[in-house]
Amino acid sequence: MSAVIQRGGVLTPWLVAAAVVIVLPYIFSSGSSLTMMSLMGFAIVFALSYNMLLGQTGMLSFGHAVYYGLGGFMTAHALNVIGAGKWPIPLPLLPLVGGLAGLSFAILFGWVSTKRAGTAFSMISLGIGELVAACSLILRGFFGGEGGISTSRTSTLRLFGINFGPQIQVYYLIAAWCLLCMAAMYAFTRTPLGRMCNAVRDNPERAEFVGYSTQMVRFIAFCVSGFFAGVAGGLAAIHYEIVTASVVGAGPSGSVLLMAYIGGISFFIGPVIGAVLMTALQISLSDYTGAWMLYVGLMFVLVVMFAPAGLGGLLLMHRPLLAAGTWRRVLPAYALALVPASLLFVGGVLLVETSHHLLVKASEGSAMRVLWIPYDAKSPAAWAGILALLGAGLLALKHIGPKVADAFHGARLEATSKLSAP
Amino acid sequence: MLELIIFSSLNGLLYGLLLFLLASGLTLIFSMMGVLNFAHASFYMLGAYFGYQISRYVGYWPGLLLAPLLVGGIGALVERFGLRTVHKHGHVAELLFTFGLAFMIEELVQMVWGKIPVDYRVPELLNFSAFTLFSTTYPAFRIFMLLMSVAVFIALLLLLTRTRVGLIIRAALSHPHMVGSLGHNVPLVFMMVFGVGCGLAALAGVIAGPALVTQPAMAASLGPILFVVVVVGGLGSLAGAFIASLGIGLIQTFAVALNISVADVVGHLGITLTRDSIGGDLWVATVAQVAPIIPYLLLVLVLIFRPKGLMGDRDT
Repeated sequence: MSAVIQRGGVLTPWLVAAAVVIVLPYIFSSGSSLTMMSLMGFAIVFALSYNMLLGQTGMLSFGHAVYYGLGGFMTAHALNVIGAGKWPIPLPLLPLVGGLAGLSFAILFGWVSTKRAGTAFSMISLGIGELVAACSLILRGFFGGEGGISTSRTSTLRLFGINFGPQIQVYYLIAAWCLLCMAAMYAFTRTPLGRMCNAVRDNPERAEFVGYSTQMVRFIAFCVSGFFAGVAGGLAAIHYEIVTASVVGAGPSGSVLLMAYIGGISFFIGPVIGAVLMTALQISLSDYTGAWMLYVGLMFVLVVMFAPAGLGGLLLMHRPLLAAGTWRRVLPAYALALVPASLLFVGGVLLVETSHHLLVKASEGSAMRVLWIPYDAKSPAAWAGILALLGAGLLALKHIGPKVADAFHGARLEATSKLSAP
Repeated sequence: MLELIIFSSLNGLLYGLLLFLLASGLTLIFSMMGVLNFAHASFYMLGAYFGYQISRYVGYWPGLLLAPLLVGGIGALVERFGLRTVHKHGHVAELLFTFGLAFMIEELVQMVWGKIPVDYRVPELLNFSAFTLFSTTYPAFRIFMLLMSVAVFIALLLLLTRTRVGLIIRAALSHPHMVGSLGHNVPLVFMMVFGVGCGLAALAGVIAGPALVTQPAMAASLGPILFVVVVVGGLGSLAGAFIASLGIGLIQTFAVALNISVADVVGHLGITLTRDSIGGDLWVATVAQVAPIIPYLLLVLVLIFRPKGLMGDRDT
């Protein structure tokens, strides 16, 4: 009986996730939102595969896009071969090609890079990333030079009359793979090997004493992570129908790190939050402001400095409070915290937008608008207002910040005493 | 051929010395605080842009002094209010902080100065050719760059080996706790070293800005090379960083000048390789095309086979 309940408990979140994924296109049915959700799908797989290294095994990689990109290239080449030769392989199986490519290259590069841990590993990964990025300009046959490799997903074997032309069909393909990979990666964290990864992260010396080779554990984690990165790359290749040399470069390697870390690396759900948030921000913010990369960078630095558990960590911190019902106690303090937060947010956004307007769009004159409110970017009043907002925000933060922290700690203390009491 | 050798040696030496200006600060910071400063090349870029901005108002020469001072001050502030806050979360957090900082500095520079290269000019005083050899001229500004780098190198060497400050810095390199116990303010030493390292990087930026291109991508393209220098030279070893800088500078410059491919070499042996043979592009790629790969190959090999680097005394 209890086993059944437990099993239901494990399955419920996944069933809910599957239901949400199936229903989403009916709620957000426009073409742009379908595209955005497809992007989120492979971003989630990529970020989770990255977190297998950083969060689970403690390996900070600066070259993870190598496996993502090579998986994408292999999938594109496979698609072209299948399309030309009319091989009877349906499209839904093709991300597997990307995964196997990612796995093979992870075995190759992982063998040398996982010999070391810590900063040395980070630097080897950076070196390998730069190496492959530089190779992509030399090996024009494979990487397609400047133009990249373009392909067509509709020329494969059709099953049940589905040709994967419309975006909705691609969305469901990506969503299915995303769920499958998420479940597989979650299952990996529950295996003894997954637990050993945590041990290697937390205390490599003791893991060695217990009799495990830390190098081997790192190597296996690296290979599995490379496989899922390759699947993500394959899904991206199917979505875009083109792969260019820039996907193996430092850019995607950096952005996957940002995604995973902003979301939170110490929880399984963290990178998922990060991937969804960053993809949404990337698409929606880039419409409104030219400085969106600056916002992302700023957010990352703030998370590193003040919330090292990430946004997911901030949310999950409240789990005991919810369980014990003491969450009501923190609400007044949080409402109070909205004051400095909104002051700083509005001030910061105005500062960035106004300077961005003055510097980048200088030719358009100094008249500008933020949220339909027009003002003159060069007027002293605007700048005084911005500085006043920021100053007041900082001052309020200094006063209210400790109170919020006190309220939270008090509520958590009460929650833990309540929960531990019989 | 002789012309190629002479000019490549000069340019390689110059590039190597510039690398050392950056790498010296980076290796000091890395070995002292354990922080691999991702943003080090960004401070170099900031130096070049500050120098450019100053040169537009008062000419090149004041920028040579002001830009490094400004950037050094910014670096010290970053250490005091950024790195020190993050320090309690461990080395990974510190590394990530500098990574985010590099990201933001690049965005800010793009915002302020635009995405295209700025017109940072060589000062009029040095805008002539120093000598002509085999019908190729060598600009006087490059000689100035060479002399400046050597001067800074000697000054740094004297500072570290002949002064009391240098003594404390060298002691803090290997035994920070002991230095602290002896009553020295180690956090202050860290802050100063970080500031001076950033200032040196900025000085390299002001020196190199007019000769190379001052553009937002200059940090991202130079940063990884610096790591190569620091790792190959060995942790905590300025002499190692010096040798590695010169070595990589020379290798890069000579490789770029060589237009030979594997196909050319085996062609002399009577084997013809084209783009269509097995291995394809590998055989026809010239050494010049492969040049960007060489440092990273070196980095990976050194980290695997000799983690101490050339002259280091501990593993990276």
